[in-house]
Order: sequence, then C-alpha cells, then structure tokens
Amino acid sequence: MNSISSYLSSSIGRKWIVALTGLGLFGFVVGHLIGNLQVFLGPEPLNRYALFLQSLGELLWVIRLGLLAMVVAHIVFTIKLRMENRAARPVGYAVTNRRAATFPARMMTLSGLMVLCFIIFHLLHFTAHKIDPSFAHMTDAMGRHDVYRMLILGFQSKAASTFYIVAVGLLAMHLNHGIGSLFQTLGLNSAKLRPLWEKGGVALSWLIFLGYASIPVAVLTGVLKL
Amino acid sequence: MSAVLDSKIPTGPLSQKWEKHKFESKLINPANRRKYEIIVVGSGLAGASAAASLGEMGYKVKCFCYQDSPRRAHSIAAQGGINAAKNYQNDGDSVQRLFYDTIKGGDFRSREANVYRLAEVSAAIIDQCVAQGVPFAREYGGLLANRSFGGAQVSRTFYARGQTGQQLLLGAYSALNRQIAEKTVEMFPRTEMLDVVLVDGHAKGIVVRDMVTGAITSHAADAVLLCTGGYGNVFYLSTNAKGCNVTASWRAYKRGALMANPCYTQIHPTCIPVAGDFQSKLTLMSESLRNDGRVWVPKKKGDNRKPHEIPDAERDYYLERKYPSFGNLAPRDISSRSAKEACDDGRGVGPGGLGVYLDFADAIKRLSEPTVRERYGNLFDMYHQITGENAYQQPMRIYPAVHYTMGGLWVDYDLMSNIPGLFVLGEANFSDHGANRLGASALMQGLADGYFVLPYTIGNYLAPQIGKRPTTDREEFKRTEADVRARTNRLLSIKGKRTVDHFHRELGRIMWDYCGMARSEKSLQRALAQIPPLREEFWKNVNVPGEGEALNVSLEKAGRVADFLEFGELLCLDAFERRESCGGHFREEFQYPDGEAKRDDTNFQHVAAWGFNGEGEKPTRNVEPLVFEEVHPSVRSYK
Amino acid sequence: MNLHLKVWRQKDAKSPGQLVPIEARNIPEDASFLEMLDIVNDDLTVKGEEPIAFDHDCREGICGTCSLSINGLPHGPSETTTCQLYMRKFKDGETIHVEPFRAKTFPVVRDLIVDRSAFDRIQQAGGFITARAGSAQDANCLPVPKVAADAAMEAAACIGCGACVAACPNASAMLFVGAKVSHLALLPQGQAERTSRALKMVRTMDEEGFGNCSNYLECEAVCPADIPASVIARLNREYTVASCKDAVC
Repeated sequence: MNSISSYLSSSIGRKWIVALTGLGLFGFVVGHLIGNLQVFLGPEPLNRYALFLQSLGELLWVIRLGLLAMVVAHIVFTIKLRMENRAARPVGYAVTNRRAATFPARMMTLSGLMVLCFIIFHLLHFTAHKIDPSFAHMTDAMGRHDVYRMLILGFQSKAASTFYIVAVGLLAMHLNHGIGSLFQTLGLNSAKLRPLWEKGGVALSWLIFLGYASIPVAVLTGVLKL
Repeated sequence: MSAVLDSKIPTGPLSQKWEKHKFESKLINPANRRKYEIIVVGSGLAGASAAASLGEMGYKVKCFCYQDSPRRAHSIAAQGGINAAKNYQNDGDSVQRLFYDTIKGGDFRSREANVYRLAEVSAAIIDQCVAQGVPFAREYGGLLANRSFGGAQVSRTFYARGQTGQQLLLGAYSALNRQIAEKTVEMFPRTEMLDVVLVDGHAKGIVVRDMVTGAITSHAADAVLLCTGGYGNVFYLSTNAKGCNVTASWRAYKRGALMANPCYTQIHPTCIPVAGDFQSKLTLMSESLRNDGRVWVPKKKGDNRKPHEIPDAERDYYLERKYPSFGNLAPRDISSRSAKEACDDGRGVGPGGLGVYLDFADAIKRLSEPTVRERYGNLFDMYHQITGENAYQQPMRIYPAVHYTMGGLWVDYDLMSNIPGLFVLGEANFSDHGANRLGASALMQGLADGYFVLPYTIGNYLAPQIGKRPTTDREEFKRTEADVRARTNRLLSIKGKRTVDHFHRELGRIMWDYCGMARSEKSLQRALAQIPPLREEFWKNVNVPGEGEALNVSLEKAGRVADFLEFGELLCLDAFERRESCGGHFREEFQYPDGEAKRDDTNFQHVAAWGFNGEGEKPTRNVEPLVFEEVHPSVRSYK
Repeated sequence: MNLHLKVWRQKDAKSPGQLVPIEARNIPEDASFLEMLDIVNDDLTVKGEEPIAFDHDCREGICGTCSLSINGLPHGPSETTTCQLYMRKFKDGETIHVEPFRAKTFPVVRDLIVDRSAFDRIQQAGGFITARAGSAQDANCLPVPKVAADAAMEAAACIGCGACVAACPNASAMLFVGAKVSHLALLPQGQAERTSRALKMVRTMDEEGFGNCSNYLECEAVCPADIPASVIARLNREYTVASCKDAVC
C-alpha cells in the first residue's frame, strides 16, 4: 500500500495517471467520433446507434461515471503537477527563448481548460438538452430519439457550429501534443519508436479534427440535411 | 644541507617487491579504522578513488575540492584512454612490457619499483571500472575493445568514446557518492585548501577557505592526502582547467615537503593552435587522433597554398620520415619537438605559422567517413566549434601545448612525502612517469594510487598514530590560520592597478618563451632574472577587488597566481640545474646531432627534490639516485 | 566587436539581484563567450569595480561547470556548453542578456553562479553500482553487447551542467536523472540495484523540488552532451516497473 501511495505522490506516478486517463479519454474521443460519423450514413443507423447506447442502461452510467472519473483525475493531477512546476522556478528569466516546445505543447493547460468548457456546453446541448429543450422530445418514425434531426438542427445554427469547430480544433491541438506525449510518459518510447508517436500523434490529431469538424461543415454546406 | 633521500623501496626481485611490501605492511583492525580521520584534498581520479576506497574500508574521510561538485575535477577532460596490461588482444603485452614501455617513455628518469607496481595493478583498475559501470568501448562480441596509443606497439588502451577521463571520473565519483551517502565521507565542495598544518613535524590538518562565504577554518586529521593535480597553469595557457593550481603542493612545499623534478613538464603535440592574445586556454585534441591521422607540413618554406593544393610529393610527413617504426605514434615529447622544429624552420601552417597539419584524408579513404566519425566524431565537432573548420574536408591544424606535469611533490614507495602523514597521489606527486608520461598513463596512475596503492600503504603510517590526532584548538592550527588570514588580507589591501590575469599572462609568457618546449642556459637565466621582479610588482601593484568574507573570484585567482609566481622560479631553477636533456625537459645544449635528447646518466640519473629554506633563500637541491636493476638505460630510440 | 550586455548581478544568495547594463568593447570574433566575459571583467577590475562572477573551469566543454542563460537559452545559441560558444555567433552592436540558470533547486550564489548540489544529492541517493575496490572479477567475464554498451555510453555522456533544468519550462530534472538511470540500467553490472536505484533517485529528485516533465523536450534541445529524451521514457518505465516490483515483492 505504501509503495502505491508513494508512487502516486511521485512526479512520474502522477504523470502516469494523467497519461493513462488521457489515453482513456482519447479512446472515448475516437469511439465518439466513429459513432458520430454514422450521421453520414443517414438517420436510420445513427438513431439505431443512439438507441443502442440508451439501452445499455446502468452500464451506460458506469461508462459515464468512468469517463467523469477520468476527466476529474486528469484535471486534478494536472493541477497538482502544474502548481509544482510553477513553484519549481520562483524567479523567472527576463528573456526566454524556446527551441523545442511546440505551440500546442505550451498551450496544453489552456486548450485543456477550453475543451472542458466545451464539454460542459456540449453535454448541456446534446445530452441534457438544456440549450434547446425541444431536442429532448424529437422522435423519429420508429419512436426512437431522433438524434439525426437534433444534430442537423443543432448545427444549422452558425454560432453553434463555429463554436463546435473551434472547440474540436482546441481538442485536436490538445491531442497534438498529448498523444505523442502519453507514450513518452508511459515509457513506451525509444529512438526508433519516437518518429511513429510524434508524427503519428500529429496525424491522428488532424484526423480527429477533420472527422469532428466534417459534421457541422457538412450541415452548414447542406451536404447533410433533414 | 642536501640530503640523499630514502625512497624505502622494498628489497627483493622487482616483480615481487609489491607483493612482499603488501604482506609486510601494517594492517589496521576494521574496528579501529573508524577512529582515524583522513583528509583528502582534491576529487579527481586519485582523490575520489582514494576517498571512496578509504571510506569503504571504514576510515572517516573528509574530502575537499574547489569545484562546485567533485565530478568536475579536471581528470574529466582526459580524452584518449587508460592503459592496462591485460593482453586482451593477444599481441604480446604483459606487465613487464607495460613496465618497460613506461620506464623507457619516461626516459629512464622514474623509479623502477613504482613503475613496476603501476603496471602490476593496471589490470585490476580495468576490472574495477567495468564493475562500476564505466561504459568502455566494446567489440561486437561484447568484449572490451582496445586501441594503440603513443609510445606503444601493442593495443592496450581502453577507452570510452573520446571521453575516457570523464567516464572514469564519473565511476570514481559514483563510488565516492556511495560513501557520502553512507556518511563515511564528508564532502566539502567549493572549498580551497590554503595551508597544511604540521604538529610535531607530522601533517595533521589543513586550513581551508569556504569559497562561498569566505570563512577560513581548520580541519584536523590523522593523515592528509594531497590529490591536487599538476601545475601546468604556471604557463598560463595550457590544456588544464582554469582553476587548476599549484597552491596545495606549494603550501606543503613551504611547510617542508620536497618538490621533485618540477622541470619535467609535458607538452602535448595535438592541441588547437593559439588564435590571439585574449585566449584563456588551449584545447587538446586527443592524441588517439594520431592513430589514424598523418602529421605533415609542406616541404617548402613559406608555402601558402591551401593544404589540398599541395601534392603528396611536396608534403613532409616528418614523423613517418624520422621515426619509421613508430611513425605518427612517436611519444609526445618527440612529436612536440618535431612540430616546433618544423615551425622554427619556417614550414609551419596557419596564422602565424605556428601549426602543423594532422590529416585524415587517407583514414577516411581507408575506413570510410562514418568509421572515422564513430571513432573521433566528438573531437572533430569540437575542432569545428573552435576553429570553424571542417576536419573531414581539410586537415586539422595542431600545435603543441602544455598538458601534463610529471614533476610534483616527492614521495616514497608508500606515496608519503618527507613530511610524515602527508601523502601525495596522482599528478601531484612525481613518482611514476619520469621525465615524460606516455599517453593513457595518467588515468592509470591516478586510479592506481587511489584504489590500489594508498589504501594498503597508509596503514604503515597510521598504525602507530592511533589516538594521536590533535584538535584544531592547538596552537599550530591557530598560527597557520592566522598566516592564511594575513596573506588573504595582504592580497586584498594592495588595490593596485593591474589585474591578477595580467600577472598570470606575463608569467606564462616568460615560462613558455624561456622554459617551454626547449630550454637553454641562457633562456633560463633570462627567466630567472625576470620572474622575481614580476613577483615583486605583483605584491605592489595587483588589484584584487572585493572583500574576503564573500565569494571573490579575483581573490581566489590572486592566491593561486601568487604561488605560481614563486613556483615558476623553482621550475626554472630545476631546469637550469638539470644540465641534460631527458623526456619533456629538453636543453638545447644537450642533444645529438640529429636533434635527439642527450641524457647524462653519469651526473643526472637522479631525482632532484627541492627543499624550501625560507623566503628569499635559495632552496636546497636534494638528490635521490635512481637505481636500475631490471632495465638498462639506453638512448631512447623510436626509429 | 562591441556588445551591450545585460548581466544579472546579485551580491549573494540573500540579496536581491537585477539586470545591469555593461558594455563589452573591442571583443575579437574568435574569442569564446567566456573570454569575452574575461575581457569585460578585466575592464571592470581596472575601473575598480567587482568583476562578474560566473562558473567555469575546463573551458573545453566537458566538466559541466559553465552555465549561463544567454538570450534566454541555456548555454546560448550554439548547441554546446557556454565555454564552446564563440563570439562569431553574435553580431556587432547586439544586446545580449546574460542570466543565471533559474530554478528553485539552483539558488543563485552570486551574480551568475548557482548552486547545483541538488544534482550531487540525487546521485548520492543511488546513482552508482556498488563495487568495492578489489572485489571485481575480470573485466571480460561479463560481455556487454556493443549495442547496449553504446547506448549506455550515450546516456553516460551527461556532464551534469543543469542546462536541462534551466531550459525546462517546469525546471524538471528528468533528463539528468533519466541519463544516469539509463546508463546503469542498460549494463548487466547495474542490474542488482536497478529497482532501488530508480526508486531512490526519483524520490530524491522530487524531494529536492524539481518540476515535473511535460514532454516539451526543451532539455534535449539544449543538452550540450546530446542526451536523447528517450532516457526520460526509460526513466518513466524503470520507475514504474520498480514501483510495481516494490509493491509486490
């Protein structure tokens, strides 16, 4: 027990938690994207998928709570690490110059916080239906919750779509550094693997951005419509 | 009064002396060892290995260094490698051959017994370092790789890239760290020893200055080990670190320790040439470069063509020409002097004509560029950084520079100086390299002294000393501390017009011009005439700003330069009195018609150990005759 | 060339410090950065002012003593140590900011000199292989594959200068600790103490107050000894495996 708690209070242990929860959340982001992209297949597959998720019942709540726990742990441990990082250099430089740190890497906290804000809005928008309460009552011909309709209507608002695109852009930026970084933190890196994680991470983050952004763009351009 | 010195070399056949001596040496019971305190000054290969070994054995050790960490001692800068008679290459190496090569390389001016012991323990050093995790170069089969080095015809040099000194020091540093963690060794970084304290004629402590706070304090011990390196910085420009100094040795000298053979200084043949007056140090390129590089100058005087424009037939590969069997691997003194001869002849290359080429074109053709890069990549990078030239495409320019000093405090077979309780290890002593040190032997000696010699021999002194450690309350400590304070205050109070570096540069110029690669009666007389007035001016006109009770870089330098100003004179005096040429000491009056050094075994087959007689008094030249039972001094030929 | 320096001057650890403008005049291009400071110090001394205190020793890039953050980069614009930085890298008339390495763990001692003894304490915690003098077996009894020996050497090349900490936006020492742990973990001799070494060195690193790694890789980019960031990945792995072993056994 002692060694576990000392591991979790160590810099590397806490970084591992952040990396592992990051990996889990990244898994969710990928899964969610694949689910969402069914919108291009039409209302039937998407609404069926939504019903499937709903039918999971308690299991869905287990998944939701799991995700929530990961988000909380990801944030709490990051805050702790950040506070220590600040304390580690009480007197800063008058001039700083960077050679390696990428823009996404330096923006991790900011992009993370903004993604958090977005997630809250996103949940209120499409899950809790607090932004437009009518979303809650949309049903399709088979009496299922009409997620397809909700999506199209939701994204026909230019403001909502723009906000969504910016947000997934920030998410992708977070992943741009995050994916490669998590393999480094988990110790699954070496001179040979490094280009794979670094380039692969950047490529994946772009794919995620394009995937997510394609939906509002398709709606706005009329490719997807009711 | 000059005395004949007793080196206490054990009797018996050469190959059994060390074994016999170890058996006859006094042992200290493990339970009693913790009752002894030992001071180690310096944390290079000799100091760190000695402190770690003694700590491991159970002694209480205090280790001092002027650097901010023991890992930074200048042993770290050794590039090429470390010799050991392992015969892993099956090329005919043996303890006897390493012994013979070292004695011959030293131009028959070292002690047979010491050198034999060094060769004997050399193999254990490699074992010890490998066990510590020193990442020596390996062959594909996983066994240790070797290379050949100047002055040897066998491959017995172990190496870790071009950073062998660094890796060996980090090995010793890690052993030291383990003892610091075990609390057997207490480490005092940024602490400079400014005097040794004698109680009833025995070295029983030191006075140090905390370089951060300026506090001057005393430490008492049962024995004091000086592992403080060489005095190459007396030349101002040398390959030594800026902080390297003679102060510890010189303070000991002024308390009665004998200074042996100070005129034996080694000029390293492969350094980057001087670029200008502002230059603060010279950078060495490992002599391992000579394994694959070919040294040449144009045959014609004042040939200003670019190196690649000079056809092979118009190049003088002078080392290969003059020394066909050793070629570019001729010993350091010979290579250096040949370079000087070529430059004096007007055939030098580069700015000022003070340089010769070291060409890798053939090696790159023979081995491919990647292989050359693997062997010497970091050296080529360093050369590029400093000169802005790419040595893969054009030959390097090299010139000799002061590198190592064979002379040092006189010690007996136990490594104890003539002051009981004062031991001297590594480059700081004079014992093993004679008049010239072979490449890759300095690391060997430092570690041999610290790991495998002193831990056995110190018992002989310590055994009867049990319970005799004084406290620092004693009068002798107070008096020495007062001396140190007075000296510090004097330096601070002059507030003259010239900087410390000005005097150091001036001294360096005198030393290099008149007592450098070649010396003569006339040049030495000139040096001996110029140093005292310079010293006098120093004490009248030096400006040491700031205060004593704080970190004061100028004050640190001033103390060291003040000692160099005295020591330099002794060095020249020793060179003056040694009327022969041998190894690194080349007197122009004493040479064969072909320019080879001409020894005088009848009159100078001895160690000259100088004793201090008081300020302004001429020191006494004591003599330890060198007796050769095993080898017969011959003309050192590398042809 | 002439340069405008802005140099951090601080009397001692307790006094406040500030950037002070100092002119550097008639500096040869072939001078190293430290030789430029020597010239400036000579001028200051002649003027009766105290010279700028800075750490340096070997001046050939191996001892790791020299530090300095030059225009916001540890060791300045060339990818070497400060002592191997030459003035030809700068333009005549340029303004150069010279600051000490900054980290809570590297407190300023005076001017540009900082105390890096935290590194020594991390090494003391476990950066060694226990090998008593005299107890070693023959060196060739333990073959080490060349690949492992080369990788160990690559990690062992660390000069302990602290540029990694100084460059890291978090003042983390992971590259330094990773280098030592990697060097010893890669060699067969290092196996006996592999677990305890990783645990002790990381614990000491944390206790000293270094920041945490965010994988910015600034450390690797300024390292004059070219220590690769893969040693950090190895350290993450070594420490986690060691913690698991420690928890189970």
